[in-house]
Amino acid sequence: MKDAFGAPQSLLVLGGTSEIGLATARRLIARRTRVVRLAGRPSPALTAAADSLRALGADVRTVPFDALDTASHEERLGKVFAEGDVDMVLLAFGVFGDQARDESDPVAAARVAQTNYTGAVSAGLVCAGALQAQGHGSLVVLSSVAGERARRADFIYGSSKAGLDAFAQGLGDAMHGTGVHVMVVRPGSVRSKATAGLAEEPLATTPEAVAGAIELGLRRRSETVWVPGSLQMVMAAVRHVPRPLFRRLPV
Amino acid sequence: MRAISGYTVTSMAVETRVLDEDCRAISGWGRTAPTLARVHRPRGHAEAVEAVLAPGRRGLVARGLGRACGDAAQNAGGTVLDMTGFDRVLAVDTAAGVVACEAGVTLHRLMEALLPFGWFVPVAPGTRYMTVGGAIGADVHGGNHPVSGSFGRHVTALELLTADGRIRTALPGTPLFDATTGGLGLTGVILSATLRLLPVETSLMRVDTERVPDLDALMTRLADGDGDGESRHRYSTARIDLLARGADTGRAVLTRGDHVPYDALPRRHRARREPLDFRPGRLPVPPPRVPGVPLGRTTVGFLNTLWYRAAPRAATGRLRSLPAFFHPLDGVPHRNRIHGPEGFVRYRFVVPYGQEDALRRIVRRIADRGLPCFPAVLHRLGAGGPGPLSFPLPGWSLALGLPLGQPGLGRLLDALDEEVAGAGGRVDLAEDSRVRPEALAAMYPRLDEFRALRAALDPRSVLTSDLARRLGL
Repeated sequence: MKDAFGAPQSLLVLGGTSEIGLATARRLIARRTRVVRLAGRPSPALTAAADSLRALGADVRTVPFDALDTASHEERLGKVFAEGDVDMVLLAFGVFGDQARDESDPVAAARVAQTNYTGAVSAGLVCAGALQAQGHGSLVVLSSVAGERARRADFIYGSSKAGLDAFAQGLGDAMHGTGVHVMVVRPGSVRSKATAGLAEEPLATTPEAVAGAIELGLRRRSETVWVPGSLQMVMAAVRHVPRPLFRRLPV
Repeated sequence: MRAISGYTVTSMAVETRVLDEDCRAISGWGRTAPTLARVHRPRGHAEAVEAVLAPGRRGLVARGLGRACGDAAQNAGGTVLDMTGFDRVLAVDTAAGVVACEAGVTLHRLMEALLPFGWFVPVAPGTRYMTVGGAIGADVHGGNHPVSGSFGRHVTALELLTADGRIRTALPGTPLFDATTGGLGLTGVILSATLRLLPVETSLMRVDTERVPDLDALMTRLADGDGDGESRHRYSTARIDLLARGADTGRAVLTRGDHVPYDALPRRHRARREPLDFRPGRLPVPPPRVPGVPLGRTTVGFLNTLWYRAAPRAATGRLRSLPAFFHPLDGVPHRNRIHGPEGFVRYRFVVPYGQEDALRRIVRRIADRGLPCFPAVLHRLGAGGPGPLSFPLPGWSLALGLPLGQPGLGRLLDALDEEVAGAGGRVDLAEDSRVRPEALAAMYPRLDEFRALRAALDPRSVLTSDLARRLGL
């Protein structure tokens, strides 16, 4: 059960090697979380992630899970929920893709969309149904500021996140009044291993900052969380920039 | 049960279905961590038994008026039995001062019904809007704890619907009865109870009020007030100003009182004609959503100063009505809304006598952080009850209402928990919404006894609540 501050006792991370997912797990283990399930494709990285959390004192297990294999979601995730209540599901998987290459490789581009959107729709619905059955819990969906307005630089990734974001908002409304809380998290560019070496974008953030914002959002039972918070204002303006001008912006 | 099967999800996918009309998101008085449950309001024993025998996968718990701040009376995904339909006073022995009533009768109703006969509830907690069942389940106490003990001490019998669907009569001294007092509704559903009452001659209180400049002086004053068997006052309560800085830290208004005998009423006082009159007033309801955090540091600091300055330096023998003395805040309906949309936590703990230093340290930490506690109430507690999870133990009890939005509050309270447990004290579970499960064993040494009794009585955990799940009770 979550406590008054929204800190969960059990956590399921979909995308168990996600840096934001692990930073959030670390932060929540420091509060109340004792049971962590890391769902992801079996790999040494997933095992290492589980070990790193285990070292913090949590009961950690990995769950084989492939976002692209939507047919298996119900069975795989159903098992986790059958073991006991899950207070919070963090939908953290996603691939960034390689925009330049993917534009000329439609199959790779479709895989980005399938992972980030189709896989998330399937996993999100499975988890929402299970949370609804237990009458409580939070589904935290990692969207992205890239989904707020498509950019030339990353529109394949951005469009998949835009779809996910819209899906999560609608799901949140569907879950309203059922005791299940759906929270959409929209981080700006996150400094991580994946972006190491790239030029830093404005209003960049870190996995730890996102984790902190998630913890705060849980307490406030927020529906949308921007990281950093100032992005909300920035994007409110960016959303209305005319296309010809937006195209020329160095973003 | 018919409706439960409609609500329990059989497939794992989200279905567009109309939820059962009885399904509601429920939270405690603190309005934190709401969860969905099917609310069932049984109208008689048969319906209650039926509900217990068909509890669904996630069990059930009884709920009264929902005044507990935490998650003791909510049950995510399961059933919540709304006991307010059990509202009949069954029998009153006006000569002996004994009343038998159903569990959903409120203390307010008992006062209305029994004061005309010259009887008062034996324990008067901070609100009269709680049910008898809730008062037993939380084993509530009032400002008269050193004299009268907690609520369970005045119960001479209770009818308990246990998880097997049987209605048992539990008598004081039996393990089942003891576990039920302070048992947070986890031993069974209390259906009715027989209580011993307190004789009073009038419905007025003779009240002594004084300002006390700091915490040490307050503890001294409280200690001589009810010391050594010769109790000058039956009730004493102190409201502390924890926002005052420097030398003023812990300044308080100490209120002590006793029921007025008829002969002690002033001549020509209107109460001479109607000595047992009980007509509490009510103020208008605040709007459903109070924006922001209305009770921030500034407001609470102002209210505390006002409370302190408005109190007489020392006044004795002033006459007050029962509601004004016991439940000054009950006149505001839905007063839990004033803490804002995020809700609040109530942190009530006790540290044993001899551990005054721990209390001083805790008070200093709260004062240093400048937390807007509204209110902060200090009591003395006497000998505890026999319940394994009953809160009171001989010591100093401080209750704080804290708005949730204070940064770092969760971590601070965790640290205070350690301080409390280290001093041999404990946190009140009936109000709790946040304690760390690992901290519990140190606070409640008889926890295993309670778990064993519950496992024997209710092996399938039919009776369960969010609190029980969170803390593994």
